[in-house]
Amino acid sequence: MRKGLLFMVSCLVVGIIFSPCAWCKTKTIKVGINAPMTGDIPKVGEGTKYAAQMWLEDIKAAGGLEVGGKKYPVELVIEDNEAKAESAVKVNTKMITEDEVLVIVGPQASKQAIPAGGIANNYKTPMISPWSTNPDTTEDRPFVFRGCFLDPFQGPVLAGFIKEEFGYTKAAVLYDVASDYPKGLAEFFKEAWEKMNGAGSVVAFESFTTKDVDFSSQLTKIIKSGAQVLFTPQYYNEVALIVQQAHELGWNKPIVGSDSWGSAELIEHCGDDCDGLFFSTHYAAAGAKGATKKFIDRYNKKCGYVPDDVGALTWDALHIVQKAIESSGKITGNIEKDRNAVRDSLAKIKEFDGITGQMTFTEDGDPIKCAVIVKISDKGEFEFYKSACP
Amino acid sequence: MTFFLQNLVNALQWGSFYALIALGYSMVYGILMLFNFAHGDIFMVGAYIGFGVATGITALASMGAFALPNWLILVLTIIISMFLTSFVGILVERIGYRPLREAPRASAAITGLMIGIILETGNLALLGARRVSFPALIKSTTYNLGGVYVTNKKIMIVGVSLMLMLGLHQFVRRTKYGMAMRAMAFDYVVVPLMGVSINTIAAMTFAIGSALAAAAGILFGIAYPVLDPYMGIVFGWKAFVAAILGGRGSILGATLAGFLLGFIEIFVVMIFPSTLRDLIAYSIILLILTFRPHGFFGEPYSARLRL
Repeated sequence: MRKGLLFMVSCLVVGIIFSPCAWCKTKTIKVGINAPMTGDIPKVGEGTKYAAQMWLEDIKAAGGLEVGGKKYPVELVIEDNEAKAESAVKVNTKMITEDEVLVIVGPQASKQAIPAGGIANNYKTPMISPWSTNPDTTEDRPFVFRGCFLDPFQGPVLAGFIKEEFGYTKAAVLYDVASDYPKGLAEFFKEAWEKMNGAGSVVAFESFTTKDVDFSSQLTKIIKSGAQVLFTPQYYNEVALIVQQAHELGWNKPIVGSDSWGSAELIEHCGDDCDGLFFSTHYAAAGAKGATKKFIDRYNKKCGYVPDDVGALTWDALHIVQKAIESSGKITGNIEKDRNAVRDSLAKIKEFDGITGQMTFTEDGDPIKCAVIVKISDKGEFEFYKSACP
Repeated sequence: MTFFLQNLVNALQWGSFYALIALGYSMVYGILMLFNFAHGDIFMVGAYIGFGVATGITALASMGAFALPNWLILVLTIIISMFLTSFVGILVERIGYRPLREAPRASAAITGLMIGIILETGNLALLGARRVSFPALIKSTTYNLGGVYVTNKKIMIVGVSLMLMLGLHQFVRRTKYGMAMRAMAFDYVVVPLMGVSINTIAAMTFAIGSALAAAAGILFGIAYPVLDPYMGIVFGWKAFVAAILGGRGSILGATLAGFLLGFIEIFVVMIFPSTLRDLIAYSIILLILTFRPHGFFGEPYSARLRL
């Protein structure tokens, strides 16, 4: 018993001595990346990581971040949140209290970004989620920002697009009730659709829970309801299953989705079944110009595939962070003071010209920017179809 | 009416998966009085092995080594994967459970959970977090039977599942090994004294259970072609519920309860809002178990179990 205790204590001591930064107090600027490297949406994590690494390459090439006339080295702390809400909270807490990061980029999905944003705000650490479109992420949280449009905007955009494009009056919705993003968006869509077409025009509002793979009973109900179009704001892995099962149950009407569809992996899982479908997203890689094109080419060369919206949004978010740090005055070494300074300068950014478009920031830290409607071509490429601005 | 029939078809497919996996739980319990909580993950491993075998055979065939029709590739995939996965089952029994045979049952159950985590994370380390697409071995064709849509996949899945269940039943009833299994299920203390090796029978039970899980995994991959390392967890729990509902240790019970569970899940959605699916479905099952605590075919005293 004694010996065991002694052994444990000595292990702890050795651990503390050898852990990298328990002793030193460097003035490295640490940027935390809270991303889903494993779990339900690993492709999102991968895109985040690659974009962040490319950004770091640029910073290193420039010799560090320049703040107040002095250059500081930058270090990325990339942590895996396993696409789980509770892990994202844990990761944020760890990065803030142990790694002492100056600012956090991520988490990407609203399911993780909403709870993790609460932690960042409580610890007064600036956080920017590149991809989270649910309004709750930033609401009443002065320390939390985002780099994309919001679901209350995306919902009506999609409802309007369907109305305009097809002239339908009856829609069905299928969404994951256990995940913040699909649930929020499904509700915003329903609200907008019923405003346009009258109460009861969403003829089927069906749900399932995360990890479900069989949607046959929900889809059978949707088909019976006489809906003309199916809206499903799900992540790419579920989309493949939903679309295939819908076709196998005899559904041959359009299926429309949201920005969570826009992953490079969608087509790989979905195959021909997804051809000709529409979804809204942040940018379209096909036909990009200027800085966007340059980013796409560089990413493609480094990673071997065309970046999806997460990569592009993360890139933009990191540049917004960079701009904020550079204009924050100076790095004092007192992490709490520095975090406050970065927050203040983040809040001061009013306009930003990113690769996903021009954005203007509101009081809450939410950007106003255009959405893009993408059509999946017969070759499985994401083609720009039309642009929808607020 | 077509609405009802369509749901019936859906439920048949969904129930076959539960039934195939519940069988593995039930058989192991029958022999060793042990719930193999790693079974859901063996199902996952089976699906991945199936993925590997199918990809391998297709690659060989397309390289021109031999020409095979797709259905033959499928049959080969199922047989080879069942064979390979049965060794995973034997390994799990040998490493995880045999050393704990005399230990309290709780220790063995915990071991099962740990083996499950090892299998999941091992897969994660080996293949990474990317989901894999199960190759489309059979081209999906949809038949419209008077408003009810049936695919060739659905027919194949239900057919193969029923064939495997029937095969298992025959094996247990008609062969010497089957008899040994039934005897062992009856009393695993005395039967080894009669010269039947419990180690052989236990390994065999795990092998058969795992092979069935592998078959379920491949059929699952054909119906829902996106595989991830955690796909077995919730699915395993639900199949475990089916095993309990059927009566621990009962093959017929596990089969029927598996289908019943599929039917309940599907038909609850047909009547109630889909948000309440699992809440209502599993409340119904809880209710059944309140009135029949030993399941449909389970016996009150666990020393006398049927197989």
